[in-house]
Amino acid sequence: MARKQTMEITRVTGTGVPVRGNDVDTDQIMPARFMKEVTFDNMGEYVFYDARRDADGNLNDHPLNEYKGASILVVNKNFGCGSSREHAPQGLMRWGIRGVIGESFAEIFRDNCKSLGMPALTADQETIQQLQSFIEHHPDAGLEIDVARSTVHYDGVDVEMHIDPAMQEALLEGIWDTTAVMYSNMDQVQSVANSLPYVTDE
Amino acid sequence: MSKNTLYDSVWQEHKVAELPNGQDQLFIGLHLLHEVTSPQAFGMLRERNLDVAFPDRTFATTDHIVPTTPSGRERPLNDSQAENMLQALEQNTAESEITFFELGGEKQGITHVVAPELGLSQPGMTVACGDSHTSTHGAFGSIGIGIGTSQIRDVLATGCVAAEKQKVRRINVSGELGPGVYAKDIILKIIRDLGVDGGVGHVYEYGGEAIETLDMEGRLAVCNMSIEGGARAGYINPDKTTYEYLKGREYAPGDDVWDEHVAYWESIKSSEEAEYDDIVEIDADELAPMVTWGVNPGQVVRVNEPIPSLDSMADDTERKAAKKAFDHMGHEPGSTMNGYEIDVTFLGTCTNGRFSDFREAARILEGHTIDEDVKGLAVPGSETVRKQCEAEGLDDIFRNAGFEWRQAGCSMCLAMNNDRLEAGQVCASSSNRNFIGRQGDKAGRTVLMSPAMAAAAAIEGEIVDVRQYLSGGN
Repeated sequence: MARKQTMEITRVTGTGVPVRGNDVDTDQIMPARFMKEVTFDNMGEYVFYDARRDADGNLNDHPLNEYKGASILVVNKNFGCGSSREHAPQGLMRWGIRGVIGESFAEIFRDNCKSLGMPALTADQETIQQLQSFIEHHPDAGLEIDVARSTVHYDGVDVEMHIDPAMQEALLEGIWDTTAVMYSNMDQVQSVANSLPYVTDE
Repeated sequence: MSKNTLYDSVWQEHKVAELPNGQDQLFIGLHLLHEVTSPQAFGMLRERNLDVAFPDRTFATTDHIVPTTPSGRERPLNDSQAENMLQALEQNTAESEITFFELGGEKQGITHVVAPELGLSQPGMTVACGDSHTSTHGAFGSIGIGIGTSQIRDVLATGCVAAEKQKVRRINVSGELGPGVYAKDIILKIIRDLGVDGGVGHVYEYGGEAIETLDMEGRLAVCNMSIEGGARAGYINPDKTTYEYLKGREYAPGDDVWDEHVAYWESIKSSEEAEYDDIVEIDADELAPMVTWGVNPGQVVRVNEPIPSLDSMADDTERKAAKKAFDHMGHEPGSTMNGYEIDVTFLGTCTNGRFSDFREAARILEGHTIDEDVKGLAVPGSETVRKQCEAEGLDDIFRNAGFEWRQAGCSMCLAMNNDRLEAGQVCASSSNRNFIGRQGDKAGRTVLMSPAMAAAAAIEGEIVDVRQYLSGGN
C-alpha cells in the first residue's frame, strides 16, 4: 500500500550560493556521463562537475566551490532547461541545497523540485540580482525561505517572491509526493482509462 | 485561457480528478521507458511495495547508453555501468510484464523514433516518458510530456501524472519551404524568435501551410524541439497525413475499428472556433538553412548571415551569455557560420534520425567523399530505420562517402556511450542541443543544423550553404 507522506515543508534556512547566468541547462548541472548509475546516491559529488573544474581538472572559483555548506541556491532566468533528468535537482539536494530562488525555472526542473520537496521561488531580475549581490558580500549571512508567506528573509527584511500555488500547497500540506494521493483515486483512473477508445480497444 | 483546442479536448478526456493542491490528475495513455531514468523509479516502487498499474500501456526500449557498433553491442557490454543499467531495465520490464524492445532485437531504437514508427503514438493520447524530448509525439496530435524520475514512479504506480494545464500558443507557419530548407530550419527559427524560455508555461500548437505540408517525419522533428523553446509539449492537429502514416502500423488500430478511431481523432482536433492564449506568425518564405552559432538552441542564424555582434546587445545578461558563447565557439566579430571549420558530422537522434533524414543526407553525399579530416558518423534512430535505409542502399552511399554506418542509439547526441566529441572538436550535428559538454568533452563544440546541411559540411570540412548542392536539381 502507498504510504502517506506527511513531510510538510514550511521553511528553509541556511546560507546562500549565487550561480549567475541565464539558461543554465541540466547538462551543466549534471553531465550525462554521471547518469550511468542506477541510484541517485552519489549525485551530490557530480553536481556542476565540469563547470567546477578548470581545464586541468582542478577545482576553480565556481560558486559551489566557494560557498560550501549553503542551503539556498539563487539563480537567474530559465534555470534547469534542457533534459528532464531528475539527477540535476537530486544532485543539488544531495550536495546540500534545500531551496532554490531564481528569475524563472524550466518546467520539468520545477516539477522535479516539487517531487523532492524543494521549494522553488521566483522574483524579478532586480530582486534576484540584489539577493545574489548580498550573498556575494555576506557569504555567511543566513537566509530564510518562508513557504506559506512566499517570502525570503535576509538582511533584516522580508522580500516578497512568488511560488507556484500548487507547489506551495503541496509543500505546506506535506503532499508533495503525489504517488500516494493519486493512488487513492485508482477507481476513477480505471474509469477514465475505460472511456478512452485507444485503451478499450485492446 | 484557451478553448476548443486539441489540448483542451485531450486534457478533458484524460482528467481523472482535481488534486488537493489544485493540480489535475491526468491519465497517461502511453508510458515510454528507457534505461537511464527508470531504474530509480522502479526502486521507489519496490520500497513502497507497489505494482505497475498499466503494464499494457507501458513500453520500454534502450537507447541512451547502448554502443552503436556491432561488436560493442555484445553482452556483457564493455562498460560495466552501462551493462548494469541495461540489466536493471531487463529485470524491471520482465518482472512487471512490460514489453521491452531489447538490444539486438529488430525493434530497438530511440524511444521517440520507435513509438511513432510502431504506431504506438496516436492522436488524442497523453504520452509521458522520462525524457524531455517526449514532446516529439505531439506530431500525431497527442500531448507528450517529459517527466522526472519521481513522476515516472507516479505513472508506473497510478498511470497518472499531477499536472497543471498550460497556456496554448498557436504558431502559424505560412508559406512554403524552399529547396534545402527543412522542418529543422522551421523549429530553429521558432526558437530563435521566441527564445529558449519563450515557451515556459505554454504548449505550442503548430499549424499553417508550411506545417500542414510537412510529412510525419518533418512534423516529428518540429515537435521534438518544442522543449528547446521551453515548451514542454508541442503538437500538430492530426489530418490525412497522420492517418495515412499510421494505417497498417503494428500497434495502430486495425481495419475493423479504423473508421471509428479516425472519427474520434477528428473529434478532438482544435475547432475552427478555437481560442488561443496567443498567436505567433512565422513566414516560411523567409527561411534559409539555419544553424546555431552559440551554446544554446536559440542562438541561431541563417547560414550566410553574420553572427550577432556583442555591441548590438543592449541587455547586459544577454551580452554576457553571448560573450561566453563567442569564447567557447572561438568566433571573430562579424563572421558568418558559412566557412566555420568542422571535425565531425553526426547524423541521427530523436530529432533527425529517421529514414527521410538519411535519404536527404544521402542525396547530398552521393558521388562525393567527405573531407579527409572529418569523421562522419551516421547513426540510425532505430533498427527499423537502419533496415529501411539498407533496403534502399543508403548505407552504401554513406560508407562510400567515408561515413561510419552504425546501429541505433542516442550516441553522440549526449555521449553516454563511447561516441564522444573530443576537446576542441567541432561537430556539425543533426541533434537538438548545443549545450557546452553535451556531446562529450566540455571543450567540444556543437553546431546544430539539418541533416542535409550536416552532410554538406562533411564534404567541405566546413559549414556551407547546402543549397549549392541542390541547384540544378529539383
